[in-house]
Amino acid sequence: MKWLSLLMLLPLAGAAIIAALPKNNEKAAKQAALATTLVVMAATIAMAVGFQRDNVDLQFVENYAWIPSFGINFALGVDAIALVLILMSTILAPVVVLAGWNEAHGGRWSVKTFYVLILVLETMMIGVFAATDLFLFYVIFEAMLIPVYFLIGGYGSGERSAAAVKFLLYSLFGGLLMLASIIALYVMSGAQGGHTFDLDKLSQLQMSSTTQNLLFLGFFIAFAIKAPVWPFHTWLPDAAKSATPGTSVLLLGVLDKVGTFGMIRYCLTLFPEASKTFTPLIMILAVISIVYGAFLAIGAKDIKRLIAYTSISHFGFITMGIFAMTSQAQSGATLYMFNHGFSTAALFLVAGWMIARRGSSTISEFGGLQRVTPVMAWSFFIAGMSSLALPGLSSFVSEFLVLVGTFTRYPVHAIIATFGIVLAALYILIPVQKALHGPTTVGNENLKDLNLREKVAIAPVIAVIVVLGFYPSPLLNVINPAAKHVISQMGFTDPVPSIGDK
Amino acid sequence: MTTSSSLVYLIALPLAGAVLLLLGGRRTDKWGHLLGTAMSASSFGVGLYQLMLMLDRPTEQRPVSQKLFEWINVGEFKVDAGLLLDQLSICFVLLITGVGTLIHIYSISYMSHDKDRRRFFAYLNLFIAAMLLLVLGDSYLNLYVGWEGVGLASYLLIGFWNQKPAYATASKKAFVMNRIGDMGLSFAIMIAFATMGTVSFAGVQEHAHHASEAALTGMGIMLLVAAAGKSAQFPLQAWLGDAMAGPTPVSALIHAATMVTAGVYLITRSNFVFDAAPTAQLLVVIVGAITLMFGALIGTAKDDIKKALAASTMSQIGYMILAAGLGPVGYAFAIMHLLTHGFFKAGMFLGAGSVMHGMNDEVNMRKYGALRKFMPITFVTFGLGYLAILGVPPFAGFYSKDMIIETAFNAGGAKGIILGVTTLIGAAITAFYMTRVMILTFTGTKRWDDNAHPHESPWLMWLPMAVLAIGSVSSGYLLSSGGALENWLHPLFDHHAEHEHHLLEPIVVSAMALTMVAIGVAIAFSKYARQEVSSVAPENVSIFTKIARQDLMQDRFNEAVFMRPGQALTTTLVAADEVVIDGAVRGVGQAAMSSGSALRGLQNGYVRSYAALILVGAIALIGAIWVVVQ
Repeated sequence: MKWLSLLMLLPLAGAAIIAALPKNNEKAAKQAALATTLVVMAATIAMAVGFQRDNVDLQFVENYAWIPSFGINFALGVDAIALVLILMSTILAPVVVLAGWNEAHGGRWSVKTFYVLILVLETMMIGVFAATDLFLFYVIFEAMLIPVYFLIGGYGSGERSAAAVKFLLYSLFGGLLMLASIIALYVMSGAQGGHTFDLDKLSQLQMSSTTQNLLFLGFFIAFAIKAPVWPFHTWLPDAAKSATPGTSVLLLGVLDKVGTFGMIRYCLTLFPEASKTFTPLIMILAVISIVYGAFLAIGAKDIKRLIAYTSISHFGFITMGIFAMTSQAQSGATLYMFNHGFSTAALFLVAGWMIARRGSSTISEFGGLQRVTPVMAWSFFIAGMSSLALPGLSSFVSEFLVLVGTFTRYPVHAIIATFGIVLAALYILIPVQKALHGPTTVGNENLKDLNLREKVAIAPVIAVIVVLGFYPSPLLNVINPAAKHVISQMGFTDPVPSIGDK
Repeated sequence: MTTSSSLVYLIALPLAGAVLLLLGGRRTDKWGHLLGTAMSASSFGVGLYQLMLMLDRPTEQRPVSQKLFEWINVGEFKVDAGLLLDQLSICFVLLITGVGTLIHIYSISYMSHDKDRRRFFAYLNLFIAAMLLLVLGDSYLNLYVGWEGVGLASYLLIGFWNQKPAYATASKKAFVMNRIGDMGLSFAIMIAFATMGTVSFAGVQEHAHHASEAALTGMGIMLLVAAAGKSAQFPLQAWLGDAMAGPTPVSALIHAATMVTAGVYLITRSNFVFDAAPTAQLLVVIVGAITLMFGALIGTAKDDIKKALAASTMSQIGYMILAAGLGPVGYAFAIMHLLTHGFFKAGMFLGAGSVMHGMNDEVNMRKYGALRKFMPITFVTFGLGYLAILGVPPFAGFYSKDMIIETAFNAGGAKGIILGVTTLIGAAITAFYMTRVMILTFTGTKRWDDNAHPHESPWLMWLPMAVLAIGSVSSGYLLSSGGALENWLHPLFDHHAEHEHHLLEPIVVSAMALTMVAIGVAIAFSKYARQEVSSVAPENVSIFTKIARQDLMQDRFNEAVFMRPGQALTTTLVAADEVVIDGAVRGVGQAAMSSGSALRGLQNGYVRSYAALILVGAIALIGAIWVVVQ
């Protein structure tokens, strides 16, 4: 069965159905979107069951000639890392649709358009992780900007247009650098056995170290903007603040992962030597991101910006894990990507409900919610605990793996990064205290607690966070072989315990 | 090692209680407190059953383990969710569930007027479960889960009345300072893995013999940081006084008897690390000695009965940490003092709660006085705890504290003298501040307002106090008689390096200790019983009293050195992010815009139509491809 193309087609089919619906039937559009995303989720899980976890080759491979004269193929395939990210994306999609049931109202365009954009985006989210042809990857990488641009600019709040343009310009700039690198690779492949965009073939190209370094930078900067890594991050808080909560979940939870996924799949595979050359610099940027993002989150006055800054800190951990080149850090980084999707989703969705009820996203406008809206307050609290990586919740496993794995090779980086866990306690507990504790702020006395739909949307997210905290093995056992493969491809093995100095 | 399939119930029962009560919500209000108490009591029952089984087995087969499931397994980093019950952890299991159950019973009545009583019991159950995981985990990483779990429970309970901003702040402060300690634990685990390739207790114990001293010293110091955070030891002690914001049963259970002693557990459990790392061990002793004086001095100046007791807890744990830092000769005495302290301090906290209950939640001892006539049972149970903490024979503290003083002297040389004298002076100050608490609260003339109507607490409250008072009287004798606890724990510790000095005979130590106690009591009597006590704290006091009232300036120090610079850094970074980084990007963008006239049209509308074109094109393209491909 051609699973990957099926997964990509399903949301498009849903989008087509919604487009065909009468314009004033908003409810039908929502229901169709929910049904589509649920079907895609079920199909992804069915596909994942058939994944051979000990096989490190690409699986579910499909290959169609697309533009033969340029050697461009519509080629798909996943390893465990891509599979885990596709799984995360397709599980989050129905949650986002259900949680943001009324998000599309008050947008510039119709509710129908909103869901068409969401579903088109879902197709691209799957494709961007599954593509194994560089040209296809690039097309999706850039095309994804379009639905996101419209989702922010058309349905967001505040200075949504400015934020959308900022997001677009940043991304286009990074994409342009990557495009230049891709063209260079393509040209070189012509001189070395035939023009191709096939990732596997391109990874065997011979090139001088200067060339490799330059081309590496083209890719890395694009991914560093996407992820985002300090100092390429300033678009994210603006975009997250202006986007609807559901869009923010997709933006931070899924799209940003394209950056960190790209570092593994493209930077490391295509340019192993350059990756090693730049590792010291990247490790420093990662550590700066961890600490810097945490400090800015502590100082944030707007709840959505706060969550965006926490993500910058978390992406620092992921980047650090990718480049530390130990099996613990590498597995931890991929697991971190998955877990971050859920804990950020929980934070953004609950924050979105709080904002919708209060009519403001300023943290100090809330207060005493624990006693007015206990279920909503508890959901926010648990999401926060996940964000600060409380042991017993999923993020702890991934964060600790990254730290312990980094420590065995880069103890100083790991030590500085570990200070982040104290900062994390601050950036979560400060908003928790301001928003949930203390006396009830005037105007909040009659806020409504979560309704059934919202509870149904948040419950599975919290369940994933708790279950994977205690029992991450099913996921880790899938990730481990792929992560190990990545570091052995790079020529690394885990450091041996440094015992026996005595 | 013997395996058991029933260890998990110790944790699962209270955990189930917590989950049921939290998810059940208001529906469980009517019987939530009963369920919570039953779960804690059942866990205690399982603990007793395990003790019986353990007693039946020969010494070398006493430890039992249970593997639950594979938790984290990446490369050489392999951690199972596994439990270990040995002679050390069974002591804690019985203390936690035993004292825990008594405090559940007490809370049924103490919290009966609170509409969130069910939530309170849910948190208590959560705490019991987490604390049991802490002492039962078979690796440092499993311990870590319990370690932060009790931190979470402590946070929730300190902030139980977090509608009051000061209480919410206190709970946040406790969590953050604990996290600094947790960071130490993280480092210790990383060092263990990087140098020994394992994070299990058994694995580290096995490798500790031939690991480098540098690694073990690093790990030991980091474990000490962790212990200092959790056990409120210098310099991470500042949260404990504020933690008294929590309901008093919480102060008794978490902030006196169990959670705050977790640091002592951690150091004792890691004996194989410290025994091989003399520098780290010396630091442990120093931290213990400083804190025991620190806490005692603060205790002399507090008028809030709970804060006086909290300072005392800090000081008594200082004794335990000091003992644990003395190595194999001290571990058993650290644990013994931990257990006796669990009885008498929990008893006194419950007594303080009983007083508050009868006095409209007043905590200022200057507004008490003469309460013994109105609360005879509270007076007697509190009084027995008082005699125990002073170390008056034959009460519990006499045995456990004298052992520590003796062992301190026997450390030998200047170290022995310094430590011995410190513990003796600490004993005198302890006698002073505890006598002060007794006098201000129970004797003298009444100083309370007319609207206070002191009365004895109901039996649900005084019964647990009475049980704990029995422990305050007898536990010291029972644990030390014939070296009972020492022999019980003996197989766990490496006595290879043991060489006793016997600088002083036990009887000499006891005589010195009792003399110091007598001096402390006498000073307190002359100051508070012979003179009229003012119902407002006097202002014209010495600089020392002023400093002690301010917790020896610890908060001031933290504010000046960490908090304000941290806030300044945050503000600077927020501004810099806006102006420098984002500004640079915007600057480049604007420069590009103004230099190229072709780009001048790049306004919102233009970009949108451009993007729309791409979207339409892309969709058409993908559609066309599919038509071709199919």
